[in-house]
Amino acid sequence: MHTRDCGNISGVSFPSIGEAGKTGDWRELTPVIDPLKCIPVKRHKPSCFLCWLYCPEAAIKRGIPVEIDLEYCKGCGICAEECPTGAIAMVEENNLTAG
Amino acid sequence: MKETADNTQIITGNYATAMAAKLSRVQVVAAYPITPQSPATEALSQFVERGELDAEYVRVESEHSALGVCIAASTVGARTFTATSANGLAYMCEQLHWAAGARLPIVLACVNRAMAAPWSVLNDQQDSISQRDTGWIQIYARNSQEILDSIIQAYKIAESLYVPVMVGYDGYILSHTVMPVDIPNQEQVDRFLPPYKPHTILDPAAPQNLNLVTLANPRQDAHGVMCHGYMELRYLLQEALESSLETIVEVDSEFNDTFGRSYGGTYWGYRLEDANLILVAMGSLATEATVAVDQLRQRGHRAGLLALRVYRPFPRQAMISATKKAELIVVFDKNISYGYEGATCSDLKAALYGSGIQVPVHNYIAGLGGRDVKARELADAAERSLRQVEEGRPQKEVEWLNCHI
Repeated sequence: MHTRDCGNISGVSFPSIGEAGKTGDWRELTPVIDPLKCIPVKRHKPSCFLCWLYCPEAAIKRGIPVEIDLEYCKGCGICAEECPTGAIAMVEENNLTAG
Repeated sequence: MKETADNTQIITGNYATAMAAKLSRVQVVAAYPITPQSPATEALSQFVERGELDAEYVRVESEHSALGVCIAASTVGARTFTATSANGLAYMCEQLHWAAGARLPIVLACVNRAMAAPWSVLNDQQDSISQRDTGWIQIYARNSQEILDSIIQAYKIAESLYVPVMVGYDGYILSHTVMPVDIPNQEQVDRFLPPYKPHTILDPAAPQNLNLVTLANPRQDAHGVMCHGYMELRYLLQEALESSLETIVEVDSEFNDTFGRSYGGTYWGYRLEDANLILVAMGSLATEATVAVDQLRQRGHRAGLLALRVYRPFPRQAMISATKKAELIVVFDKNISYGYEGATCSDLKAALYGSGIQVPVHNYIAGLGGRDVKARELADAAERSLRQVEEGRPQKEVEWLNCHI
């Protein structure tokens, strides 16, 4: 494995999904969305999306329903903190798989 | 083609620095004033203010920011210049490492001054020597003409290898004394120094992460290209510094072709050809040592001077070739690696190890904090060392010259 061929003489990379690795590996708590409380789901139209706005990993998709990409979600819990209706619960990974 | 410019001015070392930056058509200057550097950057700010130099002069609140501005400007493709001294250089320390690691060809004039505490505004070389391992090339000038010429050379060296260059010159001794300096004309400098071409440019049209978190091992980038890990990038920096020994000599030779002046590349000698007693020094101390060599010759010794012009990269092979006839080497350091000895002495001894040259190497610490060093004192010290070796005691403890403790 030789790296000289990359031609870089300083640290360079191109922005892309997962450039820093699959940060989902870091997660201890998983966000679980309750659709009955989630505003865009209840209203059936694009609205709220504060979780999407605040997610530092851009791991949340603005959709109905709202989806979280668990390959990159670090489990920081900011979405749960910011959700105005308390629709997101942070659940321990073990409980999640058991459930 | 050599041209005799005939534009000799009587100027200080600091003014020579400002003229050199101007002639190099620097585009961004960021500096914070500190004695004895201040007159150099004041002159540059005047050039900008009068419209004589088409550059941004960025006023900053610290040396750390000054180098930060140079790093940013160099990243977007500007030729940048800064200057500082002593604690100012120390304050830049983190950014010095960054500039080298990011491979930005910034040129910095270090007007050598003693490190506090206690406060001193006077000269020694502790400041730049203590930044030895930051990955910068270090050139030490012996007079104002060499300051001016070395800064112009420094841009050519830096930009051909993408390595930052520090040009050191002794505070007050060179920075504030006047001497005749031949100022090259702009056309000559333009021919010698082409515009700066950055290796990686920060460009919103082609987004890249620059100097990102780089993991220990190589990994593929988004396009599937296997890219360097941290060690590979640092190896490239080392490779660039090593190859710069050749580049420095070439650039000095090209400079000679254009301007009719050269400085010996990585080192220069004085009466070295037949010398068996070799004095070693750097910067203005080396100039002083030429007088000591003459005095030693008058006293019947075959003395010569080996003056380091480039401290990093250390010119190992050149040092070996230049000391082949030596029977005693006496190194004068205007710095000390506390708890050991003078830095150039350590490096010289390390260079000679395994070369077959096995002669006593004595070390004198001289002129710290502006303590005056007279040529006669250097000559006397060399003679003291010689006597001791002749008496059958080749090893000598490091001696602090003219220290009245």
